[in-house]
Amino acid sequence: MSLVLQLLFTGIGIGAVYALVALGFVLIFRATNVVNFAQGEFSMVAAFLMVLCAVDLELPYWLSFLIALGGMAFLGAMFNLGVYYPLRHRSFLPVIISTIGASIFLANSTLALYGPQPQVLQGWFETPGFQVGPVYLDSQYLLIIAVTIVLVAFQYWFFEHTLLGKKLQATSQDKEMASLLGIPVARMIMITFIYSAVIGGIAGILVAPVLFVSIQMGSSIALKAFAATIIGGFGDVAGAIIGGLALGIIETFGAAYISVPYKDGFAFLVLVLFLAFRPQGIFGERVAEKA
Amino acid sequence: MSVEAPIRTARRSPSRFAIAPAHIGYFVLSAVAVLLVSRASLDGYILNILMQAATYSVAVFGLSVVLGLCGQINLAQAAFFGIGAYAVGLGTVDYGLSYWVCLVIGTVAALLAGAFLGMTTLRLGGHYLAMVTISFQQIVTLIMTNAVGFTHGPDGVPSIGRPALFQTSQSYLAFAVAALAIIGYCVWNLKDTRLGRAMRAVRDNELAASVAGINVYRTKVAAFAISALLGGLGGGLFAGGFTYVSPDQFSFAESIVFLTMALLGGVASPIGSAIGTGLLILIPEWLRFLKSIPGLYLAIYGVAVILIIIFMPDGIWGFVTNFLRRFIRPVQVAAVPPLVLAPDRTGTETVLDVKGLSKHFGGLKAVDNVDFAVRRGGIHALIGPNGSGKTTTLNVLSGLYKATSGHVRLGESDITNLSPHRRTWDGLGRTFQNIRLFRSMTALENVVVGAERRGNSLIAEGGGYAALEERALAALEFVGLGPRANEPITRFSYGHQRLIEIARALAANPTLLLLDEPAAGLNSTEKRALHDLLERIAAQGLTILLIDHDMTLVSGAAQHITVLNFGKRIADGESMSVLRQPDVVSAYLGSET
Repeated sequence: MSLVLQLLFTGIGIGAVYALVALGFVLIFRATNVVNFAQGEFSMVAAFLMVLCAVDLELPYWLSFLIALGGMAFLGAMFNLGVYYPLRHRSFLPVIISTIGASIFLANSTLALYGPQPQVLQGWFETPGFQVGPVYLDSQYLLIIAVTIVLVAFQYWFFEHTLLGKKLQATSQDKEMASLLGIPVARMIMITFIYSAVIGGIAGILVAPVLFVSIQMGSSIALKAFAATIIGGFGDVAGAIIGGLALGIIETFGAAYISVPYKDGFAFLVLVLFLAFRPQGIFGERVAEKA
Repeated sequence: MSVEAPIRTARRSPSRFAIAPAHIGYFVLSAVAVLLVSRASLDGYILNILMQAATYSVAVFGLSVVLGLCGQINLAQAAFFGIGAYAVGLGTVDYGLSYWVCLVIGTVAALLAGAFLGMTTLRLGGHYLAMVTISFQQIVTLIMTNAVGFTHGPDGVPSIGRPALFQTSQSYLAFAVAALAIIGYCVWNLKDTRLGRAMRAVRDNELAASVAGINVYRTKVAAFAISALLGGLGGGLFAGGFTYVSPDQFSFAESIVFLTMALLGGVASPIGSAIGTGLLILIPEWLRFLKSIPGLYLAIYGVAVILIIIFMPDGIWGFVTNFLRRFIRPVQVAAVPPLVLAPDRTGTETVLDVKGLSKHFGGLKAVDNVDFAVRRGGIHALIGPNGSGKTTTLNVLSGLYKATSGHVRLGESDITNLSPHRRTWDGLGRTFQNIRLFRSMTALENVVVGAERRGNSLIAEGGGYAALEERALAALEFVGLGPRANEPITRFSYGHQRLIEIARALAANPTLLLLDEPAAGLNSTEKRALHDLLERIAAQGLTILLIDHDMTLVSGAAQHITVLNFGKRIADGESMSVLRQPDVVSAYLGSET
C-alpha cells in the first residue's frame, strides 16, 4: 500500500510537468492551429540556461531562474519571428516541418555547446524531503505540484478575467473576426508564443533536478505532453492537465510493475489506444473544418 | 456558344507520344549507370558513398510519395528503414535464412507497421501523424537497443549475408543501383496512375477530393503504407550493402536526415529525392570537420529545414522545373466528340427526396425539419436570405455534415449516412461556393479526377487513361475551356475556375448536380454565360439543384423553387407562384406591417 501511495505521489509530480508542457502545446495550437514540435525543446533550453547560470556562473538560484525565464521569453519571440511568422499564410504542413527543424536546431546546438554528458541541477530547497506516514514527499515534487496548481489558477484568471486574456481567446477562436474588431492579431500570437515558451521553460526548470539535464529531455517530455493532450482532448485546457496527470501516473506504475527500460514506451501505447478507440479524447475535440 | 467541337490541329494529347522516348531514355541511362558501377574500378570510400546514396534514395522515394504526392508527414522513415535492415541482418545471421526471403520479410513488416500506424492515425489531422510517427520511431529505437536477446542490442548485427549472385561489394552495388532504377521508375509513374491522382487531389484539397469520389482516408493510408514499404526495402538493401547494422543508424536523427534530403531535392518528384540524397551524403563528407563537434551538423540541418521551407518550398528540382515551365508552352489539345450526359434514370420521378432533414449545431437549428423533393429533369432552386440554412442543407446533402435527423434519398438509395465519396459514387455531383480546385494540377487533370468517379457508366471498362482524358476534354470543351485544358489552374480567372469546377462535376456523369452559388462573384456577361450553360446541361436531362442569390438567374433558369428562412421551409412550388407568395416577399424585402 505504501508503495502504491509513493508511486501515486511521484506519478502526479511527473504528470504535472507533462501537464505544464501540454498547456504550452494547447495555447499555441489554439492561437495558430499549429502544433509546435519544439515545445519540448523550450523546457530543455530553459534547464540548460539554469545550469549555465546557477552551476557554471554560480549565480543565486532565484536570479538564475529569472534570467532563464527572460531568456525563454526572448526565445519565444524569436521563435515566432523566425519559425512561425514567415509561414503564417501557408498550410499547416510547412509550419509543422518548420517547427521540427527548429526543434532539431535547438537540441543539437545545445549539444554542440554543452556536449553529450547530462548535467546536474540542484533542487530549489536544501531539504530533500520529508516522511509523512508511509509516503516520502520529495520537496522538488511538492514544488512542481504547487507551481502547477498556481499556474493553472493564474491562467484561468488571466483568460477569463482580464481584457488581454479575452483578446487572446478571441484571436484563437477566429483570427479574421478578431482583427476586424481591432485586436492586433500578430501581437496576440507573439504574446502566445512568449507565454508558451515561458511556461515550457518553467516546466523544464522544475523537472531538471528530478531528471538529469540532457539534450533528449526535450523530445521525451514533448512526446508525453502531446500524448497527454490527445488523452485529454485536443485543444482543451482541462483535458491537457488531466491527460498529463494520468500519463504521469500510468508511466510511473508501468515502470514499477512492468518494465523500466520500456518506461518511455507506455506513453506511445496509451497514445495509440486512444487514437484507435477514442480519438476525440476524454473531453472531446472542437468541430472540424467548415466547407 | 456551339456544342459542336471546334476543329483543331489533330495532335493527340501529350501523355503517350511525348513521354514514350523519355521512358526509353530512362532505361538506357539506368543500364549505363549499372554497367559503369559494375565495371569501373572504385575504391572502398567511393563505393561506400555510392552504396549509401543508392539505398538511402529508396527510403527518400518513400517520403516523396507520402509527403510530396499525398501531403502527409512521416517522421519515422528511419524506423521503417531499420525494420527492413534488421530483418535482413537478423534473418541471415541468426536464422540462416536466404537474403531474398529476409528482404521480403523486412519489406512486408515495414509495410504492415506503416499500414497499422496510418490506419490508427490518418482519420485525424496531420499533427497527430507527426507525433505518432515520432513516438513510433522512439519505440523502434528502444526495442533495437534494449531487446538484446533478439536484436543484439547496441552492439548491432555484424557479418550480414548477401545473395549468392552478388557476393562482392561492387557487384552488390550494381544490384542496388539496378533496384534503385526500377523502384525510381515505379515511383516516377505513380503520380499518373489512379492512385497517384487521388493522392495529389487529397494533398491539394481534401474536401474537394472526397466530393469528387475519392476515399480520402484510404488514399492517405495507401500513401503512408507505400512510404513505409519503400523505407523497409531501402533498409534491406542497405543491410546487405554494409553487412553491419546497429541501432544508432536508424535513430530519429536519421529520420530527420531523410526528411531534409526529400525537402532539399524537392519533395514532389523522385528526381528531387535522388538529388537531395546525393547532396546530403556528399556535403557532410566535404564538411567532415563539422562532425568533430557533436550536434553541429544536425543543428545546421535544422536551420536548413526551416530555410528550405520558407524560401524554397519546392526544393532544388521543384525550383528548376518551375523555372523551365515558363518557357514551355502548354501542349495543344486534340479535338474530341461533344460531351454526353447520360444521368442514371432508374427509379421514380423523384431524383432527390429530402424528408424531415435537420442539422443542429448545439442549440442553433441551422436546418430544421425541412422537406423537399427534386423531380427528374430541369432545374430546382433552393433559395433564402443570408443565414437561412441553404449551404448547410447542401453540406448535409453531400455528406460533409452529418444530419441530426431526417432522411435523404438519391434515386433508389438512402444516402443519409453515407460518406461524401460514397454519395458521389451513387451519382451526386457538386461544386463549392468558395472554389475548391486541385491547385497544383492542370485544368485537364482536375477534370480527369472527376471523370474517374466509380460508377461513371460512360467510361468504358479497360478504356484506360485515354477514355478518361477524352471525357475530361469533352467536359472542358462543354464549358468553353477546351483549348486551355493543359494550363495550370493558377492561370485561370475566377469565373473560369468556377467553370472548371462545373466541368469536373459534369465529367463524372452525375445523376444530380448540386451547384452552390455558382453566380457569386461573376460579372454580368459571365452570369449570362452561366445561365446558358445551365440550360444546356438541363437540355441533356441532368437534374440540377441550384442555390443562389441572383434572382434573375434563379427566376430565369429554375422551374421549381424551395425557399428556406431561419432553417425552415417557408415555400415550395412552381417558380413564378413561389416568388409571388407574401411570405417569400417579406423574407427577402421585409414585411410592411
